[in-house]
Amino acid sequence: MQASDAISTGYGSAKGNYLTNGSTLASWLLTKDHKRIAIMYLVTVSMFFMMGGLYAAAIRLELLTPASDLLETGTYNRVFTQHGILMIFFFLIPSIPAILGNFMLPLMIGAKDLAMPRINLLSLYIYWAGGLLTLYALMQGGVDTGWTFYTPYSTTFSNSYVMAVGLGIFINGFSSILTGLNFIVTIHTMRAPGMTWFRLPLFVWAHYATSLVMILGTPVIAITVLLVAIERTVKVGIFDPAIGGDPILFQHLFWFYSHPAVYIMILPGMGVVSELISNFSRKKIFGYEFIAFSSIAIAVFGFLVWGHHMFVSGQSVYAGLVFSFLTMVVAVPSAIKMFNWTATLYKGSITFDTPMLYAFGFMGLFLIGGLTGLFLGSVGLTVHLTDTYFVVAHFHYVMVGGQVIAYLGGIHYWWPKMTGRMYSEFWGKISAMLVFVGFNLTFFPQFILGYQGMPRRYAAYPEELQVLNIFSTAGASVLGVGLVMPVVYLTHSLVFGAKAADNPWMLPGLEWRTSSPPPTENFDVMPVVTWEAYEFGEENGLDLEAARRSDVVTA
Amino acid sequence: MQNTSWVPFFPEQASTVAGMVDALYFYLILVSVAFSIPVVVGIFVFAIKYRAKEKFATPEEIHGSMVLESVWSFIPFVVSMTIFVGGALVYFYQYTMPENAMEIYVVGKQWMWKAQHGTGQREINELHIPVNTPIKLTMATEDVLHDFDIPAFRTKADVVPGRYTYLWFNATKPGKYHLYCAEYCGLNHSGMGGWVYVMERRDFDNWLAGNASGQTPVEIGKDLFEAKLSCASCHAGGPQQRGAKLEGLYGSTVKLVGGGTVTADDDYIRNSIINPAGQVVEGYQPIMPSFKGQVTEEQLTALVAYVKSLTPNAASAPAAPAASGGPAQMPAANAAAAPKGGK
Repeated sequence: MQASDAISTGYGSAKGNYLTNGSTLASWLLTKDHKRIAIMYLVTVSMFFMMGGLYAAAIRLELLTPASDLLETGTYNRVFTQHGILMIFFFLIPSIPAILGNFMLPLMIGAKDLAMPRINLLSLYIYWAGGLLTLYALMQGGVDTGWTFYTPYSTTFSNSYVMAVGLGIFINGFSSILTGLNFIVTIHTMRAPGMTWFRLPLFVWAHYATSLVMILGTPVIAITVLLVAIERTVKVGIFDPAIGGDPILFQHLFWFYSHPAVYIMILPGMGVVSELISNFSRKKIFGYEFIAFSSIAIAVFGFLVWGHHMFVSGQSVYAGLVFSFLTMVVAVPSAIKMFNWTATLYKGSITFDTPMLYAFGFMGLFLIGGLTGLFLGSVGLTVHLTDTYFVVAHFHYVMVGGQVIAYLGGIHYWWPKMTGRMYSEFWGKISAMLVFVGFNLTFFPQFILGYQGMPRRYAAYPEELQVLNIFSTAGASVLGVGLVMPVVYLTHSLVFGAKAADNPWMLPGLEWRTSSPPPTENFDVMPVVTWEAYEFGEENGLDLEAARRSDVVTA
Repeated sequence: MQNTSWVPFFPEQASTVAGMVDALYFYLILVSVAFSIPVVVGIFVFAIKYRAKEKFATPEEIHGSMVLESVWSFIPFVVSMTIFVGGALVYFYQYTMPENAMEIYVVGKQWMWKAQHGTGQREINELHIPVNTPIKLTMATEDVLHDFDIPAFRTKADVVPGRYTYLWFNATKPGKYHLYCAEYCGLNHSGMGGWVYVMERRDFDNWLAGNASGQTPVEIGKDLFEAKLSCASCHAGGPQQRGAKLEGLYGSTVKLVGGGTVTADDDYIRNSIINPAGQVVEGYQPIMPSFKGQVTEEQLTALVAYVKSLTPNAASAPAAPAASGGPAQMPAANAAAAPKGGK
């Protein structure tokens, strides 16, 4: 069971690992180790995810009945606003980059750490500061503007804690910027000998594209929040027409960041799924260059489509047409990825471990999420669909069906490496399937509700829409169970799980060639890369024969 | 009529654009299915056929295929362009204001819709309209963003503070349809809505006759203009008038101090009342005081209606040039075709 130490092409260490290297509180809080920072992100981000999930539960319970009865409308407005803010700014954006990217990126390129370890720790502290301020504001009474903060409601009319939450998001943004900057510098300067650009795992390419968006887009949301603050405090007319501003300007600025932010949320997920599909079919990814460059293309085009959030909001007809056209163009790289992932399976040797089940789930859900994006990009159709549950369903298919599923797949995939323990494969598979079924049951009915015209952000709705809302709430219960289960069995595995092999699946990636968990320095010897990405044969230097004989645990 | 089926999949089709939007919807469903079949079948077939038969197998490497990659880049691009063109055509139809539409003024405020017909009838959270008649809504808001949304008509438009936006539709089927506010507007957002009643022409005329009309928007505007706000003291005409001449103004091109020109549309008139110093007409001094805060949005629409009435046959004049923004504007070609000074 633990025979693998003998057979992995080891750059690892027997001298102990990053988890045992210091156990005081200070050794964690003052660490410069990207792996410890990632673990601290994991704990915090998971807490925000659970809070956001509780808000989601409250939303679905309220919508079980047509009337606004469980929550009165003022509370409901706060609940959906806070669900959005916590999930987007404090869960989705940091989830894969700050946890899995932070942990795995240096390992995957053969580096000892990120290029700027202190900046990495700083970004965690900034995230904590932004998060604490936001939590404080929520406890004081919260915010009711919707996560979009549209003016002039947010600047002039809302009596909630807009400024405190805005400041929380403003601060949090710098965490994103620093992480993105760190990744770009690391990928440029810290690659091991032989690790050329086109030998990089696609997870790394995806993070490169994501980082570009982070450092170019995030400052715009910071500027926007600042302008809102200036208007609220000094009464300079920027967004409020009553004092000479323009509310549409806010929407342009907001979506100039928040649309690319969607790609901050989905590109890393695509990176994880590229890893999973290739590695669990033991097959070189089909069209490596196409997938790598489609990530960059999505990042670049992602900056040009913000106006598709504003088709009915007061921009000119011609702007609407241009944005619709560009939205259609940005759909193409996503379609390419979809085909390439499918083609990768062809003639592979596919195993159905928990991470791969999540990858399959991702493909199914992202397929629906992507295709319904075409409905919303087609401008004549979206006049009917915008601001309805069709939009809600669409972005949950992309954000949850895409990013969250990929995140869970990635957590399961790298869990043995991160913790040195194996989780229960049985419960892993059950939870992956529950999440898939529960998710579809929750959100598919919402497409129909949206076409029926049910507007989003409604605490009360017409009675004829109740049946579908009941389906949705029932699905949310299944989804909730599916999401709580990993918390239980993953935590359980930390103490009771079987000890993980260094390379349980005999994969070629550098992160699998060090110990599980890795030593603080990642590799005892500087790795030298002589193989291409995703090579599963003998050329990658792994002794597969020995592994087959030694009965290494794969599950 | 409300769909009373157990699980309603489609809202009523009750406007001229509804059929087009639904056709686009079905086309997209078709595209989605056509796209999904190869992917889903591929995933299932490959997953079963190529499941691992040996531990840590090393299947033959396939790097990719330029031909395949090009094909599946090109086909989605072409298909997405057809979706774009289809959507663009419908969008143009939705937001090209028809000539000779029946005009209704709508003001959104937290949390109600107030409408006033050209003949003076007022309603709140209800809108009565005749069937088979193009209706044009000129919309303003007293406070935050709202959105006038009638799913059965498959159209909606935001109502934006500080400007007019426009929405038009032509109802095809008598009945009672949901009216929503689709842009989040605060505490009672989900309560801001009601019903649109589409009536046969005769029923509509009866309804108009049965509702005391009070003053029409033009009469209210005239009253404000001549008495309450004393606009007439400067704008009434005569040799000593200090204010610009308003007769024949609507729809004309106005020369501004500093050289620019502007088309005198609803927004221009509204802005000239709220912020007179913003666009001063050539040959006049910037001496008009601002009426900001002294007039409500409803009074403003009445004043605009009155100024419009000073230009004969101005009802079908352009809403606004496309370049100035606003979702519900005419394409520039149509705007340019409108005769100077109204028709």
